Amino acid sequence: MKIKSNIATSENGFIFNPATGDSFSGNVMAAKLLLAMKSGKTNNEIKKEILEQYEVSADQLDRDWDDWLSQLKEANLIETDA
Amino acid sequence: MADKYAHLCIAVTGLNANDNPGPGMAVIRSLRQAFGNTIKIIGLSYESLEPGIYLREYVNKTYLLPYPTEGTTVLLERLSYIHEQENLNIIIPNFDSELFNFIKIAQQLQQLGIASFLPSHQQLAIRDKEHLKAFGLKHGFRVPADYKLYSADDIKQAADEFNFPIVIKGRFYDACVAYTMDEAVKAFHRLNAVWGVPVIAQQYIKGTEINIAALGNGKGVNVSKVAMRKLYITDKGKAWAGVTIKDQKLNELADNFARTTNWNGSYEMEIMNDAEGHLYILEINPRFPAWIYLTVAAGQNQPAALVKMAIGEELLPYDDYQAGKLFVRYSWDHITDIADFQQVSVFGEL
Repeated sequence: MKIKSNIATSENGFIFNPATGDSFSGNVMAAKLLLAMKSGKTNNEIKKEILEQYEVSADQLDRDWDDWLSQLKEANLIETDA
Repeated sequence: MADKYAHLCIAVTGLNANDNPGPGMAVIRSLRQAFGNTIKIIGLSYESLEPGIYLREYVNKTYLLPYPTEGTTVLLERLSYIHEQENLNIIIPNFDSELFNFIKIAQQLQQLGIASFLPSHQQLAIRDKEHLKAFGLKHGFRVPADYKLYSADDIKQAADEFNFPIVIKGRFYDACVAYTMDEAVKAFHRLNAVWGVPVIAQQYIKGTEINIAALGNGKGVNVSKVAMRKLYITDKGKAWAGVTIKDQKLNELADNFARTTNWNGSYEMEIMNDAEGHLYILEINPRFPAWIYLTVAAGQNQPAALVKMAIGEELLPYDDYQAGKLFVRYSWDHITDIADFQQVSVFGEL
């Protein structure tokens, strides 16, 4: 799944969708994930990095990741053909 | 290169920069930004307390105008007098309710040497609240269903058709969302007292409110179009804050409108984007909106472009603007002297 290319994100977690005017404030983790996704890394690459850097089980991460993607979808920030 | 715009004298109406502001001050600000302080701005006002009269750093001189209900003869007489004093080059009317008269005398003004860039009476009529639904049906634009109310008794039929809530709209200005029959009846009487019948009952569409400010060249092309999402809305439904957005669907909608109507001049599309992404046209205002300065901030100075077209220039359409430019309106207590108010009240000019 890819973040829409026109979505503007900042290092402090602010997200702006220039097509709709929607804006969101994410926490530090959200900012980090968005930057990683925008940089072109695959989901598996990002998850691998999280597992290396944080004390979290693979199962828990999968559940959180699904939740994260559903939030992005709900916020209309994911490419529809993804 | 000599600046051919440097000594233009431009008359502008809509100086009522209050809680439901007219577009005049934003238009003047845009013109000052484009052409500087060598142009002369003549304010045209209807009342002695329109704030723009007293904002002398923007408005060089202001004259009171007769109300639109007094007709075109007295309007032309007054404008001829002002022209004798000021040698006007261009007039930019900014109120819906005055446009009919200004369009009617546009040729006579042109003969006096005063240019304008206005829609035709026919163009004005097709986007009228009374005709908008029929226009949409004919040309394939989504427009909410409406019902014309000539008496309070008509509200029941509208309510049966649409269910509550219903949007109750004045013929020229003002609208409110009525959630009950009582609210709808009150709104009908209030709007009828100010603007007369028909009052319009419109189907309520839930969604995101978006406006597009655009400038048609009269040949089916928009020279400029900038979309804005309302972020903060007053109790009168006016945007108090908003942000520019860019969406191809919005561009196409405005371009379709310009192509269909050959719209000449400025206009504002009020749009509701519903949950399915359908764009409903709620209104088309035949003039600049009060937030027009945001188009300047985003990179397209529509009032300046209108001035250039009014004096006969052919402009290429702008091709881009910046999304994410935000405006936040504010109030300010401007201080002046009672002598200024006296001057306007007694002599009709300041």
